[in-house]
Order: sequence, then C-alpha cells, then structure tokens
Amino acid sequence: MTDLSKLTIASARDAMRKGEVSSVELTNAYLGAIEGSGKLNAFVHNTPEIAKVQAEAADKRIKAGDAPDMCGIPLGIKDLFCTKGVLSQAASGILEGFKPEYESTVTTQLFEAGAVMLGKLNMDEFAMGSSNETSVYGDVVNPWKIDDRNLTPGGSSGGSAAAVAADLCLGATGTDTGGSIRQPAAFTGITGIKPTYGRVSRWGVVAFASSLDQAGPMTKDVRDAAIMLEAMCGYDAKDSTSANLEVPNFEAMLTGDIKGKVIGIPKEYHMDGMPAEIEKLWADGTAMLKAAGAAIRDISLPHTKYALPAYYVIAPAEASSNLARYDGVRFGHRAKLAAGDGITEMYEKTRAEGFGAEVQRRVMVGTYVLSAGFYDAYYNRARKVRALIKRDFDDVFAAGVDAILTPATPSSAFGLGEMKNADPIQMYLNDVFTVTVNLAGLPGIAVPTGLDAKGLPLGLQLIGRPWEEGDLLNVAYSLEQSAGFVAKPQKWW
Amino acid sequence: MSIDTETARRVAKLARIKVEDAALPALAQEFSAILGFIEQLNEVDVEGIEPMTSVTPQRLVRRKDVVTDGNQQAAILKNAPDAREGFFAVPKVVE
Repeated sequence: MTDLSKLTIASARDAMRKGEVSSVELTNAYLGAIEGSGKLNAFVHNTPEIAKVQAEAADKRIKAGDAPDMCGIPLGIKDLFCTKGVLSQAASGILEGFKPEYESTVTTQLFEAGAVMLGKLNMDEFAMGSSNETSVYGDVVNPWKIDDRNLTPGGSSGGSAAAVAADLCLGATGTDTGGSIRQPAAFTGITGIKPTYGRVSRWGVVAFASSLDQAGPMTKDVRDAAIMLEAMCGYDAKDSTSANLEVPNFEAMLTGDIKGKVIGIPKEYHMDGMPAEIEKLWADGTAMLKAAGAAIRDISLPHTKYALPAYYVIAPAEASSNLARYDGVRFGHRAKLAAGDGITEMYEKTRAEGFGAEVQRRVMVGTYVLSAGFYDAYYNRARKVRALIKRDFDDVFAAGVDAILTPATPSSAFGLGEMKNADPIQMYLNDVFTVTVNLAGLPGIAVPTGLDAKGLPLGLQLIGRPWEEGDLLNVAYSLEQSAGFVAKPQKWW
Repeated sequence: MSIDTETARRVAKLARIKVEDAALPALAQEFSAILGFIEQLNEVDVEGIEPMTSVTPQRLVRRKDVVTDGNQQAAILKNAPDAREGFFAVPKVVE
C-alpha cells in the first residue's frame, strides 16, 4: 500500500490520474491512520461515510478524465467551517450539537473540485488561542516529541497542523485571524498560507474577528499550498468583502526563479530577547534567497511594536459583536433555568456555561473597549494605529519591495500546560510576527526551514503584496528548495 | 488603567455573561493587565489619521433590496434548543 508519509497532494493527484492508486484506496488508508491517532486528538468528528461516497465519486471523475487537481484528495476540515449535517462546533461548548443546514463556501468549492472530507479537526475555541488548549474537545498534541512532554501544535488551527504533520490527511483547511495558520504550521514543520483579505470567502466560516479572518490551506509543501489555495479562492456574492478578481493558476507560477526580486528584511522584527536560533534561522533564510538571485534590502516598518496591542483591541471588539449571536435561542447550548429566571438570566447563564475562559475574557474586553466613553480612546485609536501599520507596508511595497522575510514564531513548540500560569499577554506574544499581516490584510506564508537544537521544527514567514499570492508562493518555493527541510516526526502515537 | 470589581461586574453584565461575585476581583485584575498592555497605543501620534474601516480599498458591493431567500422555516428552527409551533421559544419577556 501507498506510504502516506511520502505522499503529497501533487503526487497523489498524479498517481490517481495514472491509475496507480484510487481515491477510495487513499481514503481508506487515511481513515485507518486517523483511527490510530487518538492520542493526538486532532480529528474530533470523523466522517467516513461521507468520505467513502466522495471518494467513489472522485474515482469516477478521474476515470472520465476531466478531474480537477483536488479531485479525490482526502482532507481534514477545521471545526470552524460549517459543514452540512456534520457537527460544526468551533470547538466551543456553546455550539454543542450544532449541525448546520448549509455548507460553507470554502468546503462547497473543495467538494465541487472533488476533494474528500475525512472529518472535522480540533482547534482553539472560536479560533482564540495560540496553543490549542482552549478547545472544548481538549488539547491537541503535536506529533513532534523530544522527551516525555506533550508539546503544543500551536493554535488556533492546531488540529489541522497536527493532522497534516502526522500524515492523517493530505491537506487541511485552516483559518488565520492573527497567525492561526502560520504559527501552528511553523510549530509542526508544515506549510501554511493566509491569503490576502478578501481572496477566500468567509461565508459559512464561524466568525471571530471579521475584518481579520481569512481561511487558507495547511499542507506538506508549497506546491500543495498553491494547488489547494486555488481551489479555495474566488469571488462569492455571499461575502460582502469578497474580492471579484481572477484567480490565477498558482501552481503554474512556481518556477523557483526569483532573480531580481527585492526581499525586505524589517529591522523591527529583531525583538529583544529573541533566541539566537531564531536569529540564525532568519539570517540563513536571507542568505538562501540572496544566493537564489534576490536582492536583499533592509527596511523599516516603524509601527510594528503597536500591532499586538492594536490587535487586542480590534479582535476582541469584533468578537464581542460576532459572538453576541450565541444567546441560547437559535442554536447550540441553552442553560437549564431556575424557577423565575427570565430571558436575561437565560442569556447570562447560557454564555457563562457555553464559553470557555479565554473566549469570555475576549468578549468582555471587546465589550469594554466598545462601551460608551471608551470607544474613541480604545477602539478608534486602535483603528487609527491599524491604518498606520498598513501604511508602513504600503510604503515599502511602493518602494519596490516584492516580499518581506521574517521569523514565523518567536520560539519552537512549547509544552502543553507550560503557559497555564502565565498571564494572557505572554500567550499573545506568540503572534508577534504574524499579527501585522492580518491587520494590513496581506498574504503571508510560513515555510519550515530548519530544526532547533532540541530537534523541533522552525519556520520563516514571507509576506507578499496584496493579491500577489502567486509571486509569494514562488518566493516561498525558492526558499523551500534551498532549505531542503525534510524532517518528519517519529510516529509514537 | 486599573479596573475595579464594580467595572468588571458592569462589563460582564453588558456582555451578558454571568460571573460569580467571587470571580470578579481576578477578572478585574486580568482586565487591568490587558488594558495596561493596550495603553501602549497612547504613544502613537495618530493626529490626522482616519480610522481604518476597509481592509482592502474596495467599496462594499450593493445589491437590490429584494428577497433572495426564504421558505426555510424547518431548516432555521432545526438547531434551536426550544422551538414550538414554528417559533423559537424563550422565557417570558414581557410581564
């Protein structure tokens, strides 16, 4: 049988087209791998019946010879995506038992392209977290292990990252509001891209912070990211911020030729106390791009320092508004009421029981910064700072920079539970390199480029011009080729 | 800025999240830490800067103000914790 650890979307596509393997065979192999992966806690709702029907249909299309690239490819779907008739709970107790009557645009497009859904993937509750420890389903465990400890896969798309890294699926959907695709990709040695805001429809994706949320693929390599991203992109009238732009053939843009491209190295990303290993990884990546013919330019993004505090006003503000819909009336959990309880008690008890601690914290911070008397001081000020952060990027792109290279995370994966007693801000610092990209609405990709001294994967981030995911993927492809990262976690689960 | 327990209580009320009295001091402390972190934004000169309202420079698309969907009562009520006779059921709202 096929060695799942060596398979990619591209190689599986080619093998299926040549008739060397069928989607049904692949699907069964992955379903078996998922069965044996309980210790990772990545898949939380398996959908083997759906997968088998989709795989059979895919095999027919492939035989007929008109199958799209994603046809027959077994995927995992983050629990944040609404999937018709299948539990979609955003890893929250408040959406207990929720089976949507509709299908998100992203999953609709993937299924129309012939992709196979193996099941739903664990995540941080409502995508709020950087360690996958806020899920109602429990922690996801990183397949990478170096001692007795269980490590975090990162978050919020921790289940997606762990599943791809552990060869439980060929690719997974993720979402990224402040780094939730790129940080877990870096922690698990896989590739993840957050496209330009507006590239991928948000319709049917449970909303966290609507002006920051974007879905994207999490895959084993850059080519797979290009293939899967193309299937996820496109205009959707049901998302008012969806961009009505042509979707290029991203895979065809992977030439690996980056001669003459200008790569910016932002000085503000040299953080105080940054581990020497991360500095070295970054310098090595810079040297690789230079050796491939790119011009390296030192740049400044002066408002970088203010990105996290601006994010922690804007994201909670939007979350408090978006999560107001969870009131125990239309879907999900409703608290048991005591005699004499009215509708206000129903709301308050339902939300106290249904939301976890981090979600409650963010909803309340959001409520506070939007409340009368503080709206200008906090929310409007944060939106002005956000405009300045975006302007920083606009300026460097206008000056001819094609892409920006930074570290993806300030460290490698840490142990589950190790941040339990840290204050919330310590956890928020995980997103220090990624959050600027969401505030500016830009595309960003994390590519694994090395291991640290402990043997854990580390990634670099490339940030691109708006709508130029194709060029960005090509620079990432060049970096991937030069770095030659091939390490995989040893199976222990 | 330091948040006192009364403010924490008010915010919890506004957010419609029940917080027990005993949990309020710790919550207030957390809010204070987070807001302290956010206060850094006061260092930035934002004179003359418009608050960002649109992530990408595009106008929201308008459509005709007409019904585009409907007749899905059963689907809409399907996930309700309590639905009766075609309606969402809630505790008595008006005395």
